[in-house]
Amino acid sequence: MIKIIVNGEVLEVSENCTLSGLVEQLELVGKKIAIELNMEIIPRSLHHETRLHNSDNIEVVQAIGGG
Amino acid sequence: MSDKLIIDGRPYLSRLLIGTGKYKDHEETAAAISNSGAEIVTVAVRRTNIGQNADEPNILDVLPSNKYTILPNTAGCYTAKDAVRTCQLARELLDGHSLVKLEVLGDEKTLYPDVVQTLAAAETLVKQDFKVMVYTSDDPIIARQLEEIGCVAVMPLAAPIGSGLGIRNPYNIKLILENARVPIIVDAGVGTASDAAIAMELGCDGVLMNTAVAQAQNPVLMASAMCKAIEAGREAFLAGRMPRKLYASASSPIDGTFF
Repeated sequence: MIKIIVNGEVLEVSENCTLSGLVEQLELVGKKIAIELNMEIIPRSLHHETRLHNSDNIEVVQAIGGG
Repeated sequence: MSDKLIIDGRPYLSRLLIGTGKYKDHEETAAAISNSGAEIVTVAVRRTNIGQNADEPNILDVLPSNKYTILPNTAGCYTAKDAVRTCQLARELLDGHSLVKLEVLGDEKTLYPDVVQTLAAAETLVKQDFKVMVYTSDDPIIARQLEEIGCVAVMPLAAPIGSGLGIRNPYNIKLILENARVPIIVDAGVGTASDAAIAMELGCDGVLMNTAVAQAQNPVLMASAMCKAIEAGREAFLAGRMPRKLYASASSPIDGTFF
């Protein structure tokens, strides 16, 4: 297992886990989200080939009500 | 009568732009927005709740993209860097959609824009092919500079965000309008329908509001009031008001009186 940070919280995922795997683990498949890996946006089309590493810092964002 | 609001080459029938914050729930949001007639609807970008409420409804589910133009905002950003980052995330989130509402705040108490950071962010975003609708102060010089940078709409505040104080400086809004070649949209400060009508009577191209509808006692009814106020104000502007006079002028003819 490796430790990553998702939205400020430490999370354990399996080694060789990809961003797609993380999205599955978080039960966010098919949701309208955007993901940043270490401050860099990873387009949806690249989630399946983007492997995670120990201490990676990930932000998962969505749209919410706002003015 | 064809009188459309054109933003970045796209025509809109409604001149009311509406926010989706501060509503009781998504149902009320959807009902109010539908009643407002607005076609451009703002949303914010925030962290997804991890590990809880996986089935939580998303605001975008109640805002079908074939009906509304979604306008992601950079609310809560205090630096150009954060605002640019938020817009980039929004573009990914919305499948390449590039129309954004830029706001870079300077102070928590007033939520006044930091115009220096706003100008810097606008410049970066325009270079990155974003179509920028920008929240700013009612300073005509800054408004002109934002237009020169390439913003597709300039959106001066009428009063602080969420204050409901109405159009505090109509003369500045007029000055901004005189020089503008892009749509000028009053963003923030409107409290009730007459405020929206005043903005439109000044010649503004539209009004963006959130709290005035969401925090009304009956938001759904206020949404329809705002829709009418915007239309009435626009028509009054196009019609051209009568000149103001100090003394009375009888409406009924003097000729033909029999007394």
